[in-house]
Amino acid sequence: MVLSRLVGAEVRRKEDPRLITGSSTYVDDVRIPGMAYVAMVRSPHPHANIGTIDASAAKAMPGVIAVVTGDELAEYCGPLSGAAGEGGSGEQADYEEREEEAEESPPVWPIARGTVRWVGEAVAAVVAESRYQAEDAAEAVDVNYDVLPTVTDPEEAMKDGAPQLYSMVKNNIGATWNRDHGDIEAAFRDAPVVAKARIRSQRLSAVPMETRAVLATPDPLINGITVWTSTQAPHWNRNSIADGLGLPATRVRAVAPEVGGGFGVKIGAYQEDFIVAALAFKMQRPVKWIETRSENFLATNHGRDQWADVEIAAEADGRIRGLRMHVVQDLGGFPRGTDLAELTGRMSSGCYEIPALEFRSRSVYTNKMALGAYRGAGRPEAAFYVERAIDLLADAAGLDPVDVRRRNFIAPFDDGFTTASGEKYDTGDYAKALDRAMEVANYKGLRAEQVQAREEGRYLGIGLASYVEICGFGPFESATVRVEINGDVTIYTGISPHGQGQETSFAQIVGDGLGVPMEKIGVNHGDTLNTPQGNGTMGSRGLAVGGGAVVMALDKVRDRAQAIAAHLLEAAPEDIEITQGAFRVKGVPDRGVSLEEIASKAYSDSLPAEFGAGLEATEFFRPDDETFPFGTHIAVVEVVAETGVVKLVKFVSVDDCGVIISPGLVRGQVHGGIAQGIGQALLEEIVYDDSGELVTGTLNDYAIPRAFDFPAIETHHTETRTYLNPLGAKGIGEAATIGSTPAVANAVIDALEPWGITHLDVPCTPERVWRAIRDASAGTMAAD
Amino acid sequence: MFPNQFEYQRPDSVQAAAGLLAADPDAKLLAGGHSLIPAMKLRLASPSSLVDLGGIEGLVGIDAAGTIAIGAMTTYAMLRDSRELSRVLPMVTDAADNVGDPAVQARGTLGGALAHSDPAADFTAIFLALNGSVDVTGTNGTRTIGADDLFVDLFTTALQPDEIITSVSFPAPDSGTGMAYEKFRHPASGYAVVGVAAVVTTGSDGNVASARIAITGAPSKATRASESEQLLQGKKLNDESIAAAAAAAANGLDINGDHFASEEYRRHLVGVLTGRALTRAAAGM
Amino acid sequence: MGPHTHLPVTLSVNGSRFPLLIEPRRTLLDALRHDLALTGTKKVCDAGDCGACTVIVDGRAVYACLLLAVDCDDRDITTIEGLAKGNALDPVQEAFIQHDAFQCGFCTSGQIMSLRALLDANPEPSDDQILRAVTGNLCRCGAYLNILKAGRLAADMQRQAAADV
Repeated sequence: MVLSRLVGAEVRRKEDPRLITGSSTYVDDVRIPGMAYVAMVRSPHPHANIGTIDASAAKAMPGVIAVVTGDELAEYCGPLSGAAGEGGSGEQADYEEREEEAEESPPVWPIARGTVRWVGEAVAAVVAESRYQAEDAAEAVDVNYDVLPTVTDPEEAMKDGAPQLYSMVKNNIGATWNRDHGDIEAAFRDAPVVAKARIRSQRLSAVPMETRAVLATPDPLINGITVWTSTQAPHWNRNSIADGLGLPATRVRAVAPEVGGGFGVKIGAYQEDFIVAALAFKMQRPVKWIETRSENFLATNHGRDQWADVEIAAEADGRIRGLRMHVVQDLGGFPRGTDLAELTGRMSSGCYEIPALEFRSRSVYTNKMALGAYRGAGRPEAAFYVERAIDLLADAAGLDPVDVRRRNFIAPFDDGFTTASGEKYDTGDYAKALDRAMEVANYKGLRAEQVQAREEGRYLGIGLASYVEICGFGPFESATVRVEINGDVTIYTGISPHGQGQETSFAQIVGDGLGVPMEKIGVNHGDTLNTPQGNGTMGSRGLAVGGGAVVMALDKVRDRAQAIAAHLLEAAPEDIEITQGAFRVKGVPDRGVSLEEIASKAYSDSLPAEFGAGLEATEFFRPDDETFPFGTHIAVVEVVAETGVVKLVKFVSVDDCGVIISPGLVRGQVHGGIAQGIGQALLEEIVYDDSGELVTGTLNDYAIPRAFDFPAIETHHTETRTYLNPLGAKGIGEAATIGSTPAVANAVIDALEPWGITHLDVPCTPERVWRAIRDASAGTMAAD
Repeated sequence: MFPNQFEYQRPDSVQAAAGLLAADPDAKLLAGGHSLIPAMKLRLASPSSLVDLGGIEGLVGIDAAGTIAIGAMTTYAMLRDSRELSRVLPMVTDAADNVGDPAVQARGTLGGALAHSDPAADFTAIFLALNGSVDVTGTNGTRTIGADDLFVDLFTTALQPDEIITSVSFPAPDSGTGMAYEKFRHPASGYAVVGVAAVVTTGSDGNVASARIAITGAPSKATRASESEQLLQGKKLNDESIAAAAAAAANGLDINGDHFASEEYRRHLVGVLTGRALTRAAAGM
Repeated sequence: MGPHTHLPVTLSVNGSRFPLLIEPRRTLLDALRHDLALTGTKKVCDAGDCGACTVIVDGRAVYACLLLAVDCDDRDITTIEGLAKGNALDPVQEAFIQHDAFQCGFCTSGQIMSLRALLDANPEPSDDQILRAVTGNLCRCGAYLNILKAGRLAADMQRQAAADV
């Protein structure tokens, strides 16, 4: 390997200039001559049979081209293929515990046929010459509904006699995933310390700034259609849409141009991807649909939404004997997150050595929007339950939460460790991250400050969370590294970054590898026409897996360039090194050739025949297993007892994502992850009322963190390599979301210790905190 | 997210605007539009025509000499930035700085806020506590509506359909007056979950000569905390009297609840914020 | 004048004048993005809740989604496209790059315009004033800490540039 100059350095993002000037192109910025616009007619009922659809008034309105119902669309577009989700692409069944495959997955039609199952499900699509006209006409479509009984609570939905969403899904249970390890009964029998709680990981909305957006146009060049779509996984969309339309994959091109945030919810084609593509193909005219913010709240998948009954047994010194975790996952109205609870189960052991584990999960359909991946997708839930359980245990045993964690950590390992949940973690040193966080935060000092503050009637809380998570999902990722004739370098990647900045990190890697400045490197992604078969950007896999493929392709290209250089310099290939921007003979620095010269020869007929032609390579990286980043977060809050308001005073993160290539990008991911984790802990909740209406359907109701909500954050790292990919990188996209929610929640609950409060549901809104204090105070007084 | 179609009119006089309102019962005034336009996009409101007050001269400005007179189309940003106003009515500039965010402050108008009577608005309570009045013009001439008569109900005022607020007046505070507005801000909307405006004047004997306390956010319209005001009358303003007034502030109020803040919690907040507002008002005398 | 007639309006954007004939219900945001093809200003909530469409009108940061285009006749409008002078970025843009104050870029135009309006009115803002200036600008990538740093740096750069003249 050559001397690292760019890798690990603070470099400017390649993406910046186009984003800072407003000149980049997101889907809604693309315009095609003759483009028509789509607006959806959506169900106001959570569960109903569709009666007549009268579109005559709408069709007579100015500019209206067509109104299409579910049955009409079904004539030329099939149902969505199976559910999509992080790590759940189907190919990843590399663990034995997938006991019961989801009972037959119900078909989901792009536009509802017969029955609607959630408020916001599309019942018709209106195509018009302008967006204004399309929306006007959508309002004029008259749909008759025969309202059916509704079920919104997953516990209710599992009971006999509950309204059934799908005839083939008994008791609405769409998936189960269980795991048993050790003797759980023995672990709890006569355990000196037992603590338990029912813990809620509430329903969230990802709120990417850019809503979903689809533009499809007939494309004679491929005798099919091109679909611009705001997605994290263009290849998946291309394949799904081709499948839906019954076209060969060669006749569908998907393009993810600039994408304004995804956070998991833009993985996998949605109903609207199919609708817009089908309409464009059928009508042979460009068609655009831009999701409104209201639609985004209604019809883009939500995240989390689990209940967990958690029970932990331990020795008096805090050593864990056993853990029970029984999870109910709300799936909402159609399959999109059937693998979420499984991911929770796989991470249910956290950073700890747990002698006995009982994990149960049931994933249940209800009359609400579907659940799916959202930053962390199943793992934040696990970390939240485990880290709450540890604090509950510390409370019950009268121990410091730090000691309980330390006492139960898996000892440092660098060659795999198989947990109670059956996961093989790659490498880890959990105490190292905890130590670092305690040192940076001055944990002992904070505890002293807390005592002092309580004497003054101020309620500080200190919360920590030691998390481990699962990243770097396969099954593979791809990259092409191409040296152009003039020595410039183009990288094509199968991932599809949308804010993460991998154009920068890949350019750093290849720049170092070939001795080329970053300005001469272009990175292409998101277009199925020119990138090798890929998966996308999700599950914190961009660098760990996508970067792995880049390194493999780079190595091939460098070997070839080295061989050509050796030939030109009449030296042995192994004597060639890259220094000062050229391929030189070791020890003879004035004998060298530039990459440009090598490329010009590679694309000529001047080399001996056995060299062939060209200077590029395409490689596929198939990781043997997933990576497991970890870390410790510490949050400090102050609770105003009078109102229940929680102020976040300080936040320290220590994340170990393996080898860091781009420190600035990692910092950005950590900040963003913490912001969203704080959101879950303190602010955010998607609320449906019992009748299935969405209550929090605008940014006026659904609070996400603002500039003032953000505390002073100190980000730090430890670095534990993984052996699973060539870079040693584990992934950082979701880690900070996973660590921050339990840290903040534990801090709030710690602040409430004077009232004897040991658990509180998130989000810890002012009212919830105030109510807990009031109820506890009343209890205390009654006991007195 | 597009409004239904409407006609747009931009009259150059208040009389002409009133005439347009009188001629079309489905017409609405545009005076900033930060509540109306979103409602129209969600098609919760579909006026046949919008009468934009932005083209009328003389509706913008602040005169703080003597009785304070503020043009109805004066924006929050102008209130916020007015030095003369901050000297006589510091509560007004302070509250204007805490309405929404700078972009809302740049467009939202005082007259618009009062005419809209949003239950979570800030300035309805401030207007009530400062005992303001509005001058209105309709096709039948002009009249003045006092603070206690303007707000009728949720989004409903004493204005006739053809009447337009042209200016807002506040009496100059007597010496010995302190005032403060306390707001519990909704984390998403920035509106008042509960807001309490308190204006208290003490006489030369140090006792409260007058107290006006107005609550927004919790009730369906900005409402005075009459019982608290009476409790303070003639008393020294101290921790004890403030606590008593705070405890009574929610009495008799019909209070809203939603998923973010229940009726019970808002009732509690009314008391807490009343205490805080009175404490700050006392400190500012 | 019949109902729902298109009305003439002249938008003065980034120093150029654009005469248009548009429906009254068209917002400034749609007029900019659609009629003038100035797509740097983004539509995120379309309801005044997020700040992404912030532009500067007559010196103040406002939401283009809540302004009717017909209400903007002859007002002085600046959008993100009007900030850089040739290849020279505005100090706020330069500071955003230096401090990594964005990731996906979708809220960025609005953040920058809010800070531009702040610095025009107040060349020496406190941290609190910077945060207030962007309190209506949501960023789901969570770049707030770096946006604050960029705001500080932009103010420094602007003062430095003024001192150098």
